[in-house]
Amino acid sequence: MKELTIAMPKGRIFEEAVVMLKNAGYRLPPEFDDSRKLIIEVPEEKLRFILAKPMDVPTYVEHGVADLGIAGKDVMLEEERDVYELLDLAISHCYLAVAGLPDTVMNEVAPKIATKYPNVASSYFREQGEQVEIIKLNGSIEIAPIIGLTDRIVDIVSTGRTLKENGLVEYERIVDITSRLIVNPVSYRIKHQRIQEMVDRLDDVISKETIR
Amino acid sequence: MFEKPMGMRDTFPHLYKMKKQIRSHVESEMSAWGYEFLETPTLEYDETVGEASAILDQQLFKLLDQQGRTLVLRPDMTAPIARVAASKLLKDRNPLRLAYSANVFRAQQREGGRPAEFEQMGVELIGDASVSGDAETIALLISSLRTAGLEDFTISIGHMGFVQELFLQIVGTEERAQQLKRYLYDKNYVGYRKHVESLSLSSIDKQRLLRLLTIRGNGDSIQDARELLEGDKGTEPLSELEELLSILEEYNLTQYVTMDVSLVSHMSYYTGVLFEVYADKVGYSLGNGGRYNHLLHKFGAQVAATGFGIRLDYLIEALSPQAEKSETLLVLFSAERRKEAIDFTYKLRSEGRQVISQDVTGVKDMDRFTAQFTEVEWMVGRSGKAGV
Repeated sequence: MKELTIAMPKGRIFEEAVVMLKNAGYRLPPEFDDSRKLIIEVPEEKLRFILAKPMDVPTYVEHGVADLGIAGKDVMLEEERDVYELLDLAISHCYLAVAGLPDTVMNEVAPKIATKYPNVASSYFREQGEQVEIIKLNGSIEIAPIIGLTDRIVDIVSTGRTLKENGLVEYERIVDITSRLIVNPVSYRIKHQRIQEMVDRLDDVISKETIR
Repeated sequence: MFEKPMGMRDTFPHLYKMKKQIRSHVESEMSAWGYEFLETPTLEYDETVGEASAILDQQLFKLLDQQGRTLVLRPDMTAPIARVAASKLLKDRNPLRLAYSANVFRAQQREGGRPAEFEQMGVELIGDASVSGDAETIALLISSLRTAGLEDFTISIGHMGFVQELFLQIVGTEERAQQLKRYLYDKNYVGYRKHVESLSLSSIDKQRLLRLLTIRGNGDSIQDARELLEGDKGTEPLSELEELLSILEEYNLTQYVTMDVSLVSHMSYYTGVLFEVYADKVGYSLGNGGRYNHLLHKFGAQVAATGFGIRLDYLIEALSPQAEKSETLLVLFSAERRKEAIDFTYKLRSEGRQVISQDVTGVKDMDRFTAQFTEVEWMVGRSGKAGV
């Protein structure tokens, strides 16, 4: 049996994904969740986990240093990596949206958009026929309209609380986001049996959850 | 540091040696099968070769010639070879077996790692529409990889005609079939499933489309695929795959191949059998190929063709070969014994040794320089024998 390396995003998705793997019958050690390590070996399951920044997961998988990965659809849309998107894990539900200060219109000359997702934002506005200037920020996107940097932001919304707390409102919903199981094209061929088994086991868990 | 354009790389002596070694093994294998090597120009017209090539337009390097016509740096070798074959070589011989080893150019969208120029080796079998022809190229691909020293690899084989036929049977129009094909080409199975669910089809038809993703392997997969089709209509592609597999059995090569009827490696280029090579240690496909019967038509020759290309850079990565350590002899001479050194080095070179002759006055840091050689011959001073 060949070892599988899985790239996992640190943070919220990680916890949900671990629960899912456990429900699928993978025996992961109890202290797994609160480990500070970046690489976790689980020899009894012949699995190895790499903990990465969510944005980097598709990169690890595309280059084949990880066979599989768990990545948000937002990251997949932004990064456009050459990997298989095999399964919608139906966890970490949220969506990408355009938001801004209430009752404002976009500057007609050169509207500015702040975002962590420059590719997604620019193709969205292109499709709308809007000519915009994208400003890439790495965090605290909500601050941009408040301090007058941009007219709008494009960001992830899960409950809408962050927007509300910062006095912003949602203008348009771009796309719904869930986490996906992604696979390197070569691994998918070379380690097909093991990967397909994992896909089937996770798929079982997902369909049980959705029925309930 | 002086910068290079994005994606352009230098090949240092160490890597050059490895490339040369592998290239010569693969070249002699291809020649042994009767494929003749040829070269074509680096620049071609965009409206002919650029248009005909399988590579996306945004990946082409384009420039203008003095008359204002658009040129491209060749993005692959198949289109130039189709041009040569159609305009000249096919008149002398048909079927035609040609091989190449050449650098091709593909502009990269993003930074980081992907080369924009790399060497490709491959063959084209032009004018032969038989399944034996498909089998021959796959068998030669396997032989080439094995001669290079690669053992741990898999070739996934599919058939464009099958996917096309299945989609058309179920969704009816070319446009809708293209949409489904696009999801497979993008490797987006989640999107494919959601799209299938959203179509207004019977649940049986939906199941047929979904089943496609899970059919794989050499055993029953062709039979399973046959069950997805309605009746006997459109089963020729599957019969071809069956025949291909049985020919590869005669070659004794089935352990290297896996049938994968959902494989879509290009949106429109391939017309029949198609395949991709995967090796254990490399995250990308090492090479690919297939039947491209329409390409030659674009150049005015009504003939079929099949072939493959291997990426030399990824092959090297898969092999991680040890280049033989340089066994170069360093001969250091001074003016007094220069003549003696010249005669000595000429004699050794004619025996096939690699010899550097270096005037001692031309070296600034002697210890550092000589440390790079395992063997050093001093020919300095007025007399005495050469000492090691």
